[in-house]
Amino acid sequence: MAFNGHQCDDDIVDETPSKLPRCNQEMPGHFKNEPQNEATAADGRATCERRTSNSTPRHRKDSVKKTRPPFPWFGMDIGGTLVKLVYFEPKDITAEEEQEEVENLKSIRRYLTSNTAYGTTGIRDVHLELQDLTLCGRKGNLHFIRFPTHDLPVFLQMVRNKHFSSLHTTLCATGGGAYKFESDFRTMADLQLHKLDELDCLIRGVLYIDSVMSGGPVDSECYYFENPTDPDHCVQRPYPLENPYPLLLVNIGSGVSILAVYSKNNYKRVTGTSLGGGTFLGLCCLLTGCSTFEEALEIASQGESTRVDKLVRDIYGGDYERFGLPGWAVASSFGNMMCKEKRESVSKEDLARATLVTITNNIGSITRMCALNENIERVVFVGNFLRVNTLSMKLLAYAMDYWSKGQLKALFLRHEGYFGAVGALLELLHPSESSTNFS
Amino acid sequence: MAECGRVDSNTSSGHAMDKSITLPPDEIFRNLENAKRFAIDIGGSLTKLAYYSTVQHKVAKVRSFDHNAKEAASDKLYEISVQEEVTARLHFIKFENAYIETCLDFIKDHLVNTETKVIKATGGGAHKFKELIEKKLGLKVDKEDEMTSLIKGCNFVLKNIPHEAFVYAKHADSEFRFQTTNPDIFPYLLVNIGSGVSIVKVESEDKFERIGGSSIGGGTFWGLGALLTKTKRFDELLQLASKGQHTSVDMLVKDIYGGSYGCLGLTGDLIASSFGKSATADKEFSKEDMAKSLLHMISNDIGQLACLYAKLHNLSRVYFGGFFIRGHPVTMHTITYSINFFTKGEVQALFLRHEGYLGAIGAFLKGAEEDNPNQYSWGENYAGSSGLMSVSPEMNPMQRARSGTFDMLEMDRLERQLVNLPLLQDPSSYIPDTVDLTEDAPAREYWLYCFEEALDGVVKRALASQPDMPEAAVRAEKFRQKYRHKLQTLRHQPFAYGSLTVRSLLDTREHCLNEFNFPDPYSKIKEHENDVALKYYQKAVKSLEELSWEDKQFALVRGVLAGNVFDWGAKAVSDVLESDPEFGFEEAKQQLEERPWLVDCYDQWLERLKGPPHKCALFFVDNSGVDIILGVMPFVRELLSRGTEVVLASNSGPALNDVTNSELQILTERIAAMDPVIQTSLQEDRLTLVQSGSSSPCLDLSRLDKVLAMVVRERKTDLVVIEGMGRAIHTNYYAALSCESLKLAVIKNSWLADRLGGKLFSVVFKYEVPAGKPSRDDGALTP
Repeated sequence: MAFNGHQCDDDIVDETPSKLPRCNQEMPGHFKNEPQNEATAADGRATCERRTSNSTPRHRKDSVKKTRPPFPWFGMDIGGTLVKLVYFEPKDITAEEEQEEVENLKSIRRYLTSNTAYGTTGIRDVHLELQDLTLCGRKGNLHFIRFPTHDLPVFLQMVRNKHFSSLHTTLCATGGGAYKFESDFRTMADLQLHKLDELDCLIRGVLYIDSVMSGGPVDSECYYFENPTDPDHCVQRPYPLENPYPLLLVNIGSGVSILAVYSKNNYKRVTGTSLGGGTFLGLCCLLTGCSTFEEALEIASQGESTRVDKLVRDIYGGDYERFGLPGWAVASSFGNMMCKEKRESVSKEDLARATLVTITNNIGSITRMCALNENIERVVFVGNFLRVNTLSMKLLAYAMDYWSKGQLKALFLRHEGYFGAVGALLELLHPSESSTNFS
Repeated sequence: MAECGRVDSNTSSGHAMDKSITLPPDEIFRNLENAKRFAIDIGGSLTKLAYYSTVQHKVAKVRSFDHNAKEAASDKLYEISVQEEVTARLHFIKFENAYIETCLDFIKDHLVNTETKVIKATGGGAHKFKELIEKKLGLKVDKEDEMTSLIKGCNFVLKNIPHEAFVYAKHADSEFRFQTTNPDIFPYLLVNIGSGVSIVKVESEDKFERIGGSSIGGGTFWGLGALLTKTKRFDELLQLASKGQHTSVDMLVKDIYGGSYGCLGLTGDLIASSFGKSATADKEFSKEDMAKSLLHMISNDIGQLACLYAKLHNLSRVYFGGFFIRGHPVTMHTITYSINFFTKGEVQALFLRHEGYLGAIGAFLKGAEEDNPNQYSWGENYAGSSGLMSVSPEMNPMQRARSGTFDMLEMDRLERQLVNLPLLQDPSSYIPDTVDLTEDAPAREYWLYCFEEALDGVVKRALASQPDMPEAAVRAEKFRQKYRHKLQTLRHQPFAYGSLTVRSLLDTREHCLNEFNFPDPYSKIKEHENDVALKYYQKAVKSLEELSWEDKQFALVRGVLAGNVFDWGAKAVSDVLESDPEFGFEEAKQQLEERPWLVDCYDQWLERLKGPPHKCALFFVDNSGVDIILGVMPFVRELLSRGTEVVLASNSGPALNDVTNSELQILTERIAAMDPVIQTSLQEDRLTLVQSGSSSPCLDLSRLDKVLAMVVRERKTDLVVIEGMGRAIHTNYYAALSCESLKLAVIKNSWLADRLGGKLFSVVFKYEVPAGKPSRDDGALTP
């Protein structure tokens, strides 16, 4: 995705690479949460707005250094099930800086970067780490960390123990939890959250990650499945999102939000459904006794949904030709479970698989209808429901292709569920117009 | 998708239900002797049987004596004879699959002279019972496509049954809000929720398309529900759901946000993730809560998809059906909620009273194509139909108390094809009835009481009308029981036959009387009163002619009003008429309220009369005797004299003491013999008699004889006169017409008078000119 504000800041960086460290040194403490900085925040906004004008690089560089916040740089997305945390680890720390760096900050950096698991449930997705990234004039690595929302108190305790609040940083957070747990952050960790809208962050994050990934050494961020209707030849292929608009962005977390994105700043939430990742896991726990998403997926991968679902051919003996319905199509999800004998003969694996198929197909059909109503042909699926869930991705790719007769393309992104958190981090670095109202 | 194909046997009828039921032959499978053209729809748990039959019943005919041959043969005005008439009727019966064998045996035993060789079959269970049906009935089973049957049936009920569709509002004063029959039913969306969901766009009688569907449907609720709650039966699952709290299982917006998600307008109570809270291994959830969560999940999902399809195809009428809906208040509520949420109220979820019969009706129609059933108009027979049933026993204790397992719908083929009055300002918003008793509880109480009180009198009158028939007493008693039972049902379920109105109460009574062969209890009274009134006709006309023009106009109006006092349908009057046989026209005039009347537009009317004559007046007449002969006829005579053509519309069949078309024919001839004005008008075709197509004391202007509509259009009718309480007060009081109209009536019921702010014998004289519309504008005549 070529056109977005953050990329333009990287352009500035490229234009004046040698000066950057100095800029940083010159940079005074912090800018947020101080009354006189309203103007600075507005400047930050102006940087983005001015990107198309022909103002001088010098001028822009100045605004960059003015708006650069102090370390540490975090972005957080507190969802219904998972907390997603992105952390920027600066790798260009000078000796001077090293000296001045307070112990707390150092300890946080070491803790996060030297581990891949935190406590019993926190995990760093190492494979997603973005290295040698230039953000706001600093070079470093972007880390992606997640832990269950119900472990947020543990996290807050840790934040408190590490005296995070002494760093006088702003913690930008999005997701419903930013609102729900705002007072917990204040009382338990003495932190004031900078709350951000989750959909704004999501889109910002998607556009940014795609832009930094395109043309990079690694595979592109966006990919699709070639030959989705042919299981033997269905392969993952990179998809260059050069001219992305309009696109339908389907975020599958605990629930599902569907957005129509027309440009960087122009999007609307088309609809949503409560049948999402939370429903899959919730039903799987009830039906199979499993307790984690990974476990549920593992069980599902071994099952057969056709023993649970009633197919068109179970009713009509074959295709329902009158309406062009193929015999293999599901006529009634869990329809066979109306029958006592069949209830007794299915396995946990079958039930988990049927749950996965039901939820996935339903998201597929609602998405397809939205795409038709909005007249959009490209659909990008994101969200943690798709994490390590090739089964669902292929199903979505298949459903989009088959039912639209090849008109709709399902696209996926490598950083599945982290875009909201990335968007929150970007908000810290480059406050957008809307967020200035918050500060 | 189709209703579920195979269902475990124990789900269909509950536990060890006794399958050998003794069928009461005079209550179900009626008229089997003449039955032909069978169709059967076997669903997951219910079987629906349809057949066409002919009913022989008695009708009262009037015939003019041949005056030339035997003038003195009788002092009677005309001859009344009771004759046998054969009419066509459609029977639909719904029963649980468990009784199918018993029912087939019963049919076999009672089916006599039929040439039927084939039975049309549809529904998922049709093939399962194919052999049984063929063996038991000796008929060849001919399968019909399920969806085609469904759509055909849906079109049929939407066209022929007023108040078929309704909006469900759980917390409103009346849960059921019935829709007025829109003459143009297409296009619409039918969302059929069987085990899966089919979404069908219907564009015309023969053109429909399955535009989409979903696998998350009734089967998902049932199957997944059975797994989660270990509850086997669908009904029990719904019961569980109605008692549960979904908030303990679902993750709500407020569980994530702590409150609402303000900037998107998502309230805190909205479900963010169905079953989102059950994603834990160490917590138990109640069956009720899980069932409720599941119900919400499925209803919301279906509602959302339906809205997306409706939007894509730009359709605003969306009907829901299938076993998931089938009269269950719980599912109707959740679907309604979902549709309201997703469309922000732009689309209303509509349900159908006879939804369960659609497949059977459609399959039947397919098999009966050579009879051209779609060329006729059909009417729901209130006497033979069970009405809208709820499967919820709490809501409807009556149902379980009765045989419970059998539900019936009977539809009579009407002799005439019925259409809209072309002069209705907006046919789609026309509501005949003035008061909806389903919504107005005090009025409902009063009228139900009123009809119960009047029942003895009606029975007595019915008996008196057939003095020579000894078994009449038995029939009269049966009539009493049936009608009383209907009134009791309506007390519990005012919505059983659509909106409850004074009209529907009256019509139900007429249907019940016909059912027991009391076709015209007032025939002799009417004859006597006609006879007496005729004798005064000339005198009345003469005295009017002596008046000045202005006095005459007033006297004519007063005459119509006084005539309208003679009404056996009104208790206050029938008491007077019963006790004082001498009560006459003059006494009636004395009873009338003095001007200013309760509703008094007389001055405007008089002004209008000073202007140019109307082109043609359509007059809906009311009672026999003084009313028609001394009240209406002189008024009509004056119109004719002014140069206005007159179309007199009277009932096709008898209702109370209302004058019927065949009676009016004879009366007009007799008047013509005395009065050259009438004589000439008849000869010149300036006075025309038409039948209304109705047999009701009230008037539904959206269901009128096609011929009447044609005449009205041809004559460029620019004045409509509606007379009497039934036609101008109980119905049509607010009817907006595209031409001038006159609604006149005497309030002969003190309760109603009180309600309207008047008193007994208050006068309503309502003269209306459509706003901004010249009355002689031909453009006002909508085709």
